[in-house]
Amino acid sequence: MIAATRLILANLAVAIVAFALGALMAVMQAVARAGVQVPFGSARMYYLSVTAHGVLEALVFTTFFIMALGYLVAGTTLGRVAGLKWAWAGFWVALVGTVITTLAILSGTSTVLYTFYPPLLAHPAFYLGATLLVVGSWIWCGVMIGSYRAWRAAQPGERVPLAMHGMMTTVIIWILATAGLAVEVLVLILPWSFGLVDRIDPIIARTYFWWFGHPLTYFWLLPAYVLWYTVIPRVAGGRLFSDSVTRVVFVQFILFSTPVGLHHQFTDPGISSGWKLVHTFTTYAIMFPSLVTAFTVIASLENAGRARGGTGLFGWIRLLPWRDPFFASVALSMLTFALGGFGGAINAAYAMNAMVHNTAWIQGHFHLTVGTAVALTFMGFTYWVLPRLTGRAIAWPRVAMVQPYLWFVGMQFFSIPNHIVGLMGMPRRVYTGEYQDVAAAQAWIPLVNLSAIGGVILFVSAMCYVGTIVVTMLVSPRGERLPMEYAEAMAPPEPGPSIWDRFGVWTAVAALMIIIVYGPPLYRLHTMARFPSLGFSPF
Amino acid sequence: MWAATGMLALFLGAIVVTAIAGSAHPPSHVETVNPDTLRTIGEFATPGVTVNADGGVTVAMRAEFYVFRPEVIRVPAGRPVTFRITSPDVLHGFQIVGTNINLTVAPGYISEATTTFATPGEYLVVCNEYCGLAHHLMQGKVIVEGAP
Repeated sequence: MIAATRLILANLAVAIVAFALGALMAVMQAVARAGVQVPFGSARMYYLSVTAHGVLEALVFTTFFIMALGYLVAGTTLGRVAGLKWAWAGFWVALVGTVITTLAILSGTSTVLYTFYPPLLAHPAFYLGATLLVVGSWIWCGVMIGSYRAWRAAQPGERVPLAMHGMMTTVIIWILATAGLAVEVLVLILPWSFGLVDRIDPIIARTYFWWFGHPLTYFWLLPAYVLWYTVIPRVAGGRLFSDSVTRVVFVQFILFSTPVGLHHQFTDPGISSGWKLVHTFTTYAIMFPSLVTAFTVIASLENAGRARGGTGLFGWIRLLPWRDPFFASVALSMLTFALGGFGGAINAAYAMNAMVHNTAWIQGHFHLTVGTAVALTFMGFTYWVLPRLTGRAIAWPRVAMVQPYLWFVGMQFFSIPNHIVGLMGMPRRVYTGEYQDVAAAQAWIPLVNLSAIGGVILFVSAMCYVGTIVVTMLVSPRGERLPMEYAEAMAPPEPGPSIWDRFGVWTAVAALMIIIVYGPPLYRLHTMARFPSLGFSPF
Repeated sequence: MWAATGMLALFLGAIVVTAIAGSAHPPSHVETVNPDTLRTIGEFATPGVTVNADGGVTVAMRAEFYVFRPEVIRVPAGRPVTFRITSPDVLHGFQIVGTNINLTVAPGYISEATTTFATPGEYLVVCNEYCGLAHHLMQGKVIVEGAP
């Protein structure tokens, strides 16, 4: 039995409940935007549901799922989760925080969206609950680091297994990212929301938010990469392309995922264009490890297809296990992520960004990346891991087989029209795109309706997933647990640790880079003559 | 790895060349203003269009809860138009649909962008940063008038 199985299942359960609630919020938005009457449909409910969907999917579902995955990887590669009591404490702190924030949102007093830009002012409970969620995740970081150090002390001179290397990278990125969030929330927002100070500077708050906001996306993505690199080649029947290259890729994410946040603020006043250009360069640097991932993971899959007897330039593709829901989920995720990646290159393009900033293009973009590459990988992984954790076979294998394809199709219907309508100028996060029937806005309507169809397909797929998992856990009999095995590498790793396993060194370099690219613009913002703002709650 | 390096070099090359040769920069104006007195003191108390000595125009604007002031802006085609815009309340967006004018509007800061409209006509202005429950009703109009 895998160490800490109950802890892993508890974290997974919270993640999946949050996912289901968030999906419900999403389908309401998608059809309401197409002009369909939904129960309780109103602008108030629309923006409330946008807030709830964002928080539940992007912050709660992801964080709990990643905590579960972290414990699973530590338990299977290191054979231990050190400090199990702490891990449970972290779980409960994060869960209590989640409940508080969710209630604050549902009460209608915190409709500030999941970006909560000041001077929009939510109920203090919203920020307090979110803080507890992050504190819970910090305890997870502590347990992961403790487990790693305990293993290293017991196995001096051994190289940490690749999956754990990837999860440690995720932990470090999360710590670097949440440092910015901690300044924003603990120093700026909490005292202000409790009325201890009157005013807050919106641009400074945004800058700390995006210090957090971009590496947040890599906090979501890297656990998916860990599965793509270390599990999927085995599921497909092949081997990992290279252990060493993968470690270099992970370390590059430590270095480059944080000092890039200004590419979310290209249109902001108060920050000079020179620093925005610097962040453009670092943003393109972070695309390097993702491109290498695309090439090397596909090389692993080709290895698998040829091992199954595939020949010719493309003949190996057909022989891959397309009926396996985990494999299909990841393959479709990778395909979708390729589109999302090129869209991301446009978002980050210094001058081109003005065409897409805050348009519907953006929601189209991140539903390809976090909404598919990450979420679909996690869903597919659930089908694979539950039989290994509990011994229960997946209850509805046919539903599980179809569900990833349904998600993929639904997402194309949702996302492609959003990209196009965004280029046509439709803003994101609007209750309706009617604009008093102005001709330019009229042209958006068919595309918005098309994306609503995508939203409904996605919801059906989400419910297939949730239903299959719930029935599996409640009805499927317990049998033999399948073994939990990672992929072997074509080129085996060098036996001992190398420079790419020195997490402390790389974390220090990453922190230095953050100081270099954030220090001067933040210093200037903090020291210039400014007029901070009072809070407003227009909801 | 080499393919990845090559692609990124191409992407970045395109950005640097246009930034230097075409002055293609994102809007990055650095100037602050007191949001509390916006409606009573200074250029934003009487928002509107002023003609500059060079024949171009400057548009001073407020984006505030669910309305742009002025709501309708008349500017000439073929001449440089500079938009200066700020907010007395929360963040707003200022996006002229069909153009690359796209600004974040923040209280306490003045956002600025200059463009030249080649084509006369009516352009829809939308707020693209969530600002409250009537965010989707916040709209304006730029009317670009041809040379007399």
